[in-house]
Amino acid sequence: MERFDVIIVGAGLAGLAAAYTLAGEGVEVVVLERGDYPGAKNVSGGRLYLNPVRDLFPGLWDEAPLERAIVREGATLMARNRSFTFHYTGGELRNGKPQSCSILRSKFDRWFSGRAEERGAMILAKTLVTDLVRENGKVCGVVAGGDELRADVVIACDGVLSLLPEKAGLRAPGLSRDYAVGIKEVIRLEPGVISDRFTVGDGEGAAHLFAGDITRGLFGGGFLYTNRDSLSLGLVVSIGDMAKEAAAGDAPALFDAFKARPEVEPLIRGGQTVEYGAHVIPEGGYRALSGLCGDGLLVAGDSAGFALNLGFTVRGMEYALASGYYAAKTVIAARKAGRFDATVLAAYRQSLEESFVLKDFRTFKDTPRVLANPHLFGHYPELIGNLLRDLYTVPAGPKSPVFTTLRRHLTLSELWTMLLDAKEVAKI
Amino acid sequence: MSDLKTRLGLNVFKPLPAPHIRIRPGMERDPRLRAAVRACPAGLYEEGADGVFTLTIDGCLECGTCRIACGTEVLEWGYPEGGAGVQFRFG
Repeated sequence: MERFDVIIVGAGLAGLAAAYTLAGEGVEVVVLERGDYPGAKNVSGGRLYLNPVRDLFPGLWDEAPLERAIVREGATLMARNRSFTFHYTGGELRNGKPQSCSILRSKFDRWFSGRAEERGAMILAKTLVTDLVRENGKVCGVVAGGDELRADVVIACDGVLSLLPEKAGLRAPGLSRDYAVGIKEVIRLEPGVISDRFTVGDGEGAAHLFAGDITRGLFGGGFLYTNRDSLSLGLVVSIGDMAKEAAAGDAPALFDAFKARPEVEPLIRGGQTVEYGAHVIPEGGYRALSGLCGDGLLVAGDSAGFALNLGFTVRGMEYALASGYYAAKTVIAARKAGRFDATVLAAYRQSLEESFVLKDFRTFKDTPRVLANPHLFGHYPELIGNLLRDLYTVPAGPKSPVFTTLRRHLTLSELWTMLLDAKEVAKI
Repeated sequence: MSDLKTRLGLNVFKPLPAPHIRIRPGMERDPRLRAAVRACPAGLYEEGADGVFTLTIDGCLECGTCRIACGTEVLEWGYPEGGAGVQFRFG
């Protein structure tokens, strides 16, 4: 039976951040990863916001395989037969250190695990953890490939399904309304074509979000991120909504219809799909977080539920990196105390409360409920689309005054609905 | 659907020694499985004319959507053993 100071389950961003931090302090740590290599099972939309995590890993970013620095934001509100798009760019995005970068997880995670290994972490790939080992109620190891591995503490970074925290009794199985499924294609395209098409410079990139009819009124939306020589095109739909609403069709068909939209097709034209991936995304926010620690156990990343969708930003990777970092720091302090029970490990929650991680989750605790308003995915895109149609249309005969056009769409009952929805949106 | 199979064929899959997800015996007609038919990104669930649901495991992206959509009363759900199944090159 092998023994380590710390066992980390899962070589995603949370697990690797924890391993990197622990190994940097000379802690004997092993990461157990079920994929062929770190990153082999990992899929993200692909945008990492660097500001919140830059200083947690000094010196890591200069050599990191980041794809493109995002200097152009875009969003498209899709009605059935029309759409409204805006773009934003600003000096703060173009100058200085990048705020966010596109990444491809299989490349990034493999590289990051190499940095953790250089510091002395052991990475065991092709190793599936099937259970926790407990003694007197305290987690003291894992079962992997039929063997027991022991450690003072286990950090569960086992991904969104959170199977180990479920086994440890830290959470119930996830409810479908708290999760969405993301489908994504990686589409290869010449770097120069990407820069020209998205009007960005060398090494610069664009991010674009889509919402509305593409999810047939269900919670969700689309995304497009530019990588160095590929695009990440994806569609996210609530699993709870899909389970309820038969009319929306199946998820792969929604994705195909999204790809074929006249707003999307020209963006990916000439590209060659090289991978088709999918991943489940936590969407429940603060309310749906898992228990974060038990005796001998910490939970980080997606496994804890650390992803936050605010509509205009969709974030998970920074929370994974930061939670892995704070889990590691908690373990380092616990080693000094020589104790790994839940009382000592509760310092993890405290450090997350003091960091941007749980501060964000508290600030935006009502957001998932507000964004679940179906008006946002059907009614408003149609309303805005129809209003713009009438403003832009020049009929054969005389054109109505602009005020008449506005009043036709923005009726009193419409304005009343908007006011009620705006009161909710104000909670974001 | 055949186009979906072609796209799944772009991915690297290593052989699965045994199916890691199964419809539990006796649950083949459970209506909760309809959610997986709709939500599975790889289109691996089908409902036959006789109302019997089937799952083909080849092409599974291991995303977990079906576990969340249907629950573990209906599905016996696990990850494949280490080194098996889908291996993303881009992710």
